[in-house]
Amino acid sequence: MSIKLPAIGNSQILSVGSYRPKRLVPNSEIVDRIESNDEWIQQRTGIQSRRFAGADETVISMAQAACESALKRAKLTIEDIDTLILATISYPFQAPSAATELINVLGNPKAAAFDISAACAGFCYGVAMASDLVRAGTSKNVLVVGVEKLSDFTDPDDRATAFIFADGAGAVIIGQSQEPCIGPAVWGSDADARDAIVLNPAYTEFRNAPDKGVAELGWPNISQQGQTVYRWAVFTVSKVGIKALEAAGVRPDELGAFIPHQANMRIIESMAKEIKIPESVVIADDIRVNGNTSAASIPLAMDVLLEQHPELHGTLALLIGYGAGLVYAAQVVQLPPKP
Amino acid sequence: MALAQADVLAGIKEIVEEVAGIPAASIEMDKNFTEDLEVDSLSMVEVVVAAEERFGVKIPDEAVTDLVTVGDAVNFIVNAAN
Ligand SMILES: CC(C)(COP(=O)(O)OP(=O)(O)OC[C@H]1O[C@@H](n2cnc3c(N)ncnc32)[C@H](O)[C@@H]1OP(=O)(O)O)[C@@H](O)C(=O)NCCC(=O)NCCS
Repeated sequence: MSIKLPAIGNSQILSVGSYRPKRLVPNSEIVDRIESNDEWIQQRTGIQSRRFAGADETVISMAQAACESALKRAKLTIEDIDTLILATISYPFQAPSAATELINVLGNPKAAAFDISAACAGFCYGVAMASDLVRAGTSKNVLVVGVEKLSDFTDPDDRATAFIFADGAGAVIIGQSQEPCIGPAVWGSDADARDAIVLNPAYTEFRNAPDKGVAELGWPNISQQGQTVYRWAVFTVSKVGIKALEAAGVRPDELGAFIPHQANMRIIESMAKEIKIPESVVIADDIRVNGNTSAASIPLAMDVLLEQHPELHGTLALLIGYGAGLVYAAQVVQLPPKP
Repeated sequence: MALAQADVLAGIKEIVEEVAGIPAASIEMDKNFTEDLEVDSLSMVEVVVAAEERFGVKIPDEAVTDLVTVGDAVNFIVNAAN
């Protein structure tokens, strides 16, 4: 007795799409509430502005726009998608998942659809899973979408976070390929540092202490230990990037682009130094204009990079996601062809 | 392993030059990291990690805020190693 299995195949990123909220918010608009200034924010993080979604721009509407753009560029329709993986920490319902709402509005309610919770590493986790699903033959075309409306979960009066987090959505379609175009994922956790980035309190606290409410308990906004995260990102996560290059058998000078999670320009530059990314490689710096959009930041940065540097289509890129957990994932991918 | 103050200072000079681009020649024991050398709190994280690796010592987060001058860092490392 034996079980029939398809032969292991290869996978590729067929296209990328993104959605940026309409409202661009410069540092000058947010500094008063946190006794900060444009110079300090730019010097520490590189951030000049960020985008905040309006009431009509929801997790689902932003993700829908990003997915529709990716579908159009891949010349596919939603019926061609058999799996949707959605990474977010800011969908305001516990269940059903954001992925099922999204696949329904996209028009293919029969496809497999689920959310993953890996914070700012969520997109790279999704790419890792999608690639393996396609390679194993479980799925044919997978939509991987990272989407965040972090303005709903950021305290505008918190000096450690208010200037960092932002909103947006980015998506890729991962499908079959003749050649390997997505390298092995190197991933893992440093879960003993779970306290470094948290969204507290639990929802149940509001039921348990209705007399206190949001006024006393606070809202589950992001809070973080900035220097702990900085140190971990620069020194621990950079090593993950080096391992992902080794796992794919790619040297830094063979890359076209370096697209790490857009958390802080200083982290990005120090990571590039640690990984020994040569000057010939284009480094994504979307953080400067659009802030830290967590799970959405890598596909957003990828999309804008390909728009600014069309010659990067089809070249290799190192992706590194890292964030609350603490969790991380990295892989080398071939950037999608020109649509 | 015992470390000599002069060796630690030489090492710190190299690290600060590498992290912050300040010429090693202008780095002395009495220089203040933030005010004289433009090493802000995030560059300081990088200096600390490089120093830990180079000298094989642990510099806890709580201790970092007390390292105001180059001399503070050198003395902390010498004491921690000896
Ligand atoms: C958040 C971050 C920019 C803060 O920088 P930092 O150097 O750690 O800041 P600190 O809290 O140590 O404060 C350093 C100084 O800046 C001041 N400061 C802190 N926040 C400030 C703000 N928003 N505006 C102006 N000044 C500020 C402090 O008062 C302190 O001043 P002092 O030296 O005179 O006492 C930095 O830690 C960081 O980017 N970490 C990584 C976080 C991240 O990327 N998270 C997302 C991961 S997915």
